[in-house]
Amino acid sequence: MGVIGRYFPLVLLLAAWEAASQAGLIDPSLLPAFSSVASALWGLLSDPDTYRHGASSLLRLCGGLGLAIPVGVALGIGMARSETMRVIVNPLVQTIYPMPKSALIPVMIMWLGLGQAAKIALIFLGCLLPIVVSAYNAARGVDLVLIWSAQNAGAGRGELLREIILPAAMPEILAGVRTALALSFVLLVSSEFLMARDGLGYLIAFLGEGGIYDAMFAAVLVVTALGFFADRLYLAFMQYMLVWRG
Amino acid sequence: MAASRVPVATRLWHATSSVASLVVALIAWEVVARANVVSSFLLPSLSDVLVRVYTQALEGQLFVDLFFTVWRALAGFTLAGIFGVLIGLSLTRNRVVRWIFDPLISVGLPAPKIAFLPVFILWFGLFDISKILMAAFASIFPVIAATAAGAQGVDKFLVWSARSAGASERQVLGEIIMPAAMPEILTALQVALPICMIVTIVSEMTMGGDGLGASMLNSARFADSVGVFAGIVEVAITGIVLIKMLEFVRRRLLQWHQESQS
Repeated sequence: MGVIGRYFPLVLLLAAWEAASQAGLIDPSLLPAFSSVASALWGLLSDPDTYRHGASSLLRLCGGLGLAIPVGVALGIGMARSETMRVIVNPLVQTIYPMPKSALIPVMIMWLGLGQAAKIALIFLGCLLPIVVSAYNAARGVDLVLIWSAQNAGAGRGELLREIILPAAMPEILAGVRTALALSFVLLVSSEFLMARDGLGYLIAFLGEGGIYDAMFAAVLVVTALGFFADRLYLAFMQYMLVWRG
Repeated sequence: MAASRVPVATRLWHATSSVASLVVALIAWEVVARANVVSSFLLPSLSDVLVRVYTQALEGQLFVDLFFTVWRALAGFTLAGIFGVLIGLSLTRNRVVRWIFDPLISVGLPAPKIAFLPVFILWFGLFDISKILMAAFASIFPVIAATAAGAQGVDKFLVWSARSAGASERQVLGEIIMPAAMPEILTALQVALPICMIVTIVSEMTMGGDGLGASMLNSARFADSVGVFAGIVEVAITGIVLIKMLEFVRRRLLQWHQESQS
């Protein structure tokens, strides 16, 4: 069963949606027919404004994650390797980690206003902790015998990190980043609902408030698809990174 | 490692070191805010924030907001738990159901479900029902996936032995499959609960109607930074309490399991 076979039920679902709409079973003010959503989707995809919204969402995601990944991995590994760092950072991480990250949205509005920086900072802070925790657990779990052998063989701190700790911790760190990737989309869309003048989340909210429901559903499908493909792309990257493990 | 073998000094060090930096950070917050290094709008002092939490508690508004947020999050969580497990189990037992649901779940699991918030507003209005269903929808996918994976991973010999010993399908489900899949289901529920909290707070911010999220966004609108930070403190404590409660439930439910024996 190939990719097409696997996803065939989705096609059936869309066909059932269209058929139910045509038969008048679905109130078009609650759910427009698939054909009108599809033509609205075509309209969105041929409108340069959509790409402007998409570009600013992408910038926020890349900015937030691009900061959170190196900082989070460094903090996590630092905590695992140094008692001082652990004593300083761990209690803070353990206290803030369970906090629902969306609660930071109003703080970001106050601190940074409605601009680009507020969204990037939100995604950075929200994604930082899952990455710190996964990197910490991963680096803590590295086989001590490996570390001792490398040290005995004369490896310096840098070599130890590059040759032993990072490769051994890599699978768990990559899995933590995958969680953060999903969370970054949630925070992106939520913050764009609440505090933005552009971006795909703003586009959805704007179309919804304007009552342009076929285009709103089309935009929701676009964001869903982007989240799905971002995850698939990351999964392929993860497998590529872990190829040496067989 | 038995606790009694660890020297008192070591245990004392562990206890202090596990909170010391948090206490220092809270004191630093107070000192920096009092010293007017940054404006009190950007960073109100911890004492002002705690006084606000206390006033909100006296006025009763804290308990109203707390009640609505916890009720919505837990109602969504309960729906996701019940229907997620039911759908997950039926996936492993029925090939047609699996064929239909498998692509939906593989698309839905990584997708940002919060994007459907305006759709839920359109369908279910602005009140509790749409917030609860939004939380349930956002958190059900990991439960379905974990239940299906857990039930599929059950040792076939256990199932065959139970059947040949005369167990009914219901007994096999209740006595073999559910307990064996339980650790994975509970892990998924531990993923689902924070999602429910995140989503509930976002939908309260978007739709209003009481709750900690609505109260925080109102404070931000009126540039009441003490109110926003009071909300952060309340949300953080609520999050920790709910997550610790679920960890407690996990330990109770898995008392028989290896993970609780160590």
